[in-house]
Amino acid sequence: MTEVQTANRIPLDDYAAVIGAGEIEELRALARPLQGRRVEMVNSTAVGGGVAEMLNRLVPLAEDLGLLFRWDVITGGEDFFQVTKSFHNALHGAPYHPQPRDFDIFREYQQRNLHRLPLDVEFVIIHDPQPVGLIEDRTNGKNHWVWRCHIDLSHPNPTVWNFLHSYVSRYDGAIFSSPEFARQLPIPQYLFYPAIDPLSEKNRDLPPEFIANVLSRYQIDPLRPILTQISRFDRLKDPLGVIRAYRIVKRYFDCQLVLAGGSASDDPEGAQVLKEVHRAAEGDPDIKVLELPAWAPLEVNALQRASSIVIQKSLREGFGLTVSEALWKKKPVVASAVGGIPTQIIHKHTGLLAHSVEGTAYQIRFLLSHPEIAARLGERGHEHVKENFLITQNLKRYLTLFLSLGGAV
Amino acid sequence: METAETPFNFFTVGNLTRIGNISAMTLSELLAGLEQCSDASIFHHTFQTLSSHHFLTEGFSNDFAQWVLADANRDALAEQLAALDIRDYSSLAALRADLCQLVRDFCKLHPEFADQSALEPFYFCESIEVALPLGLTARSLDEFRVGVTHLSHSSFYFHFISSRLRLHLRTNDFSHWLADGLGLITLAENVNRIDIYTNTLDSARNKLLRLMDRERRKHDGSADREPHPAG
Repeated sequence: MTEVQTANRIPLDDYAAVIGAGEIEELRALARPLQGRRVEMVNSTAVGGGVAEMLNRLVPLAEDLGLLFRWDVITGGEDFFQVTKSFHNALHGAPYHPQPRDFDIFREYQQRNLHRLPLDVEFVIIHDPQPVGLIEDRTNGKNHWVWRCHIDLSHPNPTVWNFLHSYVSRYDGAIFSSPEFARQLPIPQYLFYPAIDPLSEKNRDLPPEFIANVLSRYQIDPLRPILTQISRFDRLKDPLGVIRAYRIVKRYFDCQLVLAGGSASDDPEGAQVLKEVHRAAEGDPDIKVLELPAWAPLEVNALQRASSIVIQKSLREGFGLTVSEALWKKKPVVASAVGGIPTQIIHKHTGLLAHSVEGTAYQIRFLLSHPEIAARLGERGHEHVKENFLITQNLKRYLTLFLSLGGAV
Repeated sequence: METAETPFNFFTVGNLTRIGNISAMTLSELLAGLEQCSDASIFHHTFQTLSSHHFLTEGFSNDFAQWVLADANRDALAEQLAALDIRDYSSLAALRADLCQLVRDFCKLHPEFADQSALEPFYFCESIEVALPLGLTARSLDEFRVGVTHLSHSSFYFHFISSRLRLHLRTNDFSHWLADGLGLITLAENVNRIDIYTNTLDSARNKLLRLMDRERRKHDGSADREPHPAG
């Protein structure tokens, strides 16, 4: 079986406490013409990764509204996933010289999955490049096919993109996370922001005792300012740049720096970056480099909530949802103006943007000197996330898309 | 109190953003984009964006102004673009003409800035609006108040702001019905005066509710002399 059964179902009505009962009533009103209509979501994995996490939350909410949702995962051998991993990196701009055999492997597994999946429902949503070739099964005009691309296609490898383009252009529409990620296509392209779940372990309110315990466990002083960056130990997240910015700030404020990310044990480059970070942090007990377990949402939540300022000093970024996570917790954020970050951080309205180590340090100093401005940015950031980057908004966008495509209005 | 012959029908609305094929990296390109883009695009970057950023009450007005300020770094033009009040427009053609005029005049006056590259491109997008009846109607001021209280932000905005384009009038659904349906002309005018640039949607709604309460007290014979809540 390839159908995924979602876990941790949270009833839609539970979100009323967060977004208001009126919003829930309106979601139900929008969903009314869609009741009993069938949707199939297809991606390449049921666990791990942002797409699976999002579908795990979205599918139960849509079912709660009376839509008949089915979530399927394609299957493939190691050879297929090696090819799709190479495609993925190449679409992000990494060097790659595909062999004809790579495309054959890709096509072969699309065919195999075509026989396994129903794909006969009214709305078929295909996530990311791995299952994009399932469009081959489309019966002319009988149902609506939309490709949801979660990755940054702004600088794709032309050979790989040309190959995928022949599939993508046969869909009824494509969805991207940012206008910057979209391509010239002969089909309508829609903008869906990635979203966070305010009731998930990573974002829900936490008791102060729990936060205090986490700080105590990692020997972080709750009485002095805490600057935090939560991200993988990856050069593109610029952890060394964060340390340099912290050292400038440290001349003016007795602050601490927390760099927390998932374990780098299975990622050779990540392990190297982590080693460099440890070396840079050596001798300063106020820099805490935390290698968190692969899935530690409550710890991440607690560290974000305990922070005075959250930093996201990426050199390149997809959407950067950790920014929305921090804003949701009403934290002032200083972040680089790259990828999807300026969509979340409207400079001087919902946070502060910076373009260099020195700029990052200056913005942090400014916020530490003006706590009332920091608090106001945090409040507005929270409203911005509530209005634009919550899972309920994502659900509303899907409902609107189905209504728009399905002509039920 | 009066009962309207024609009820007010509350709607719910969903908005879909469609990414267009036009982008701009300079003010000249912005002008070209403004001239070529669809009405749905002008709507998206002015009316729709004000709805999704309603909580910003200091200086955020529309996407064009924000890009000119933050990415093209031209404060004076940004201020002029931000000063356009969408409530003054009942047609997108008129709004587009004024946006174009401001950018054109600026480029003519400062040709040295017209082709200067911005930090990030401006991407023209469009809004697709899907509106459905909420199944909630009102014939009296009391019923109307209940409906307004329950509306989501986007639906409140749909009735209160973007309705101007549907009505082709300098008024909104609420004021239109209060005047036409209930004959409450003064209340309708006061409601239409609530400033959505200096209020969030929540505070605008609260002002609307207070105006209605004031009207109800007047009809109950207990009108007080509290300050006027509009503005």
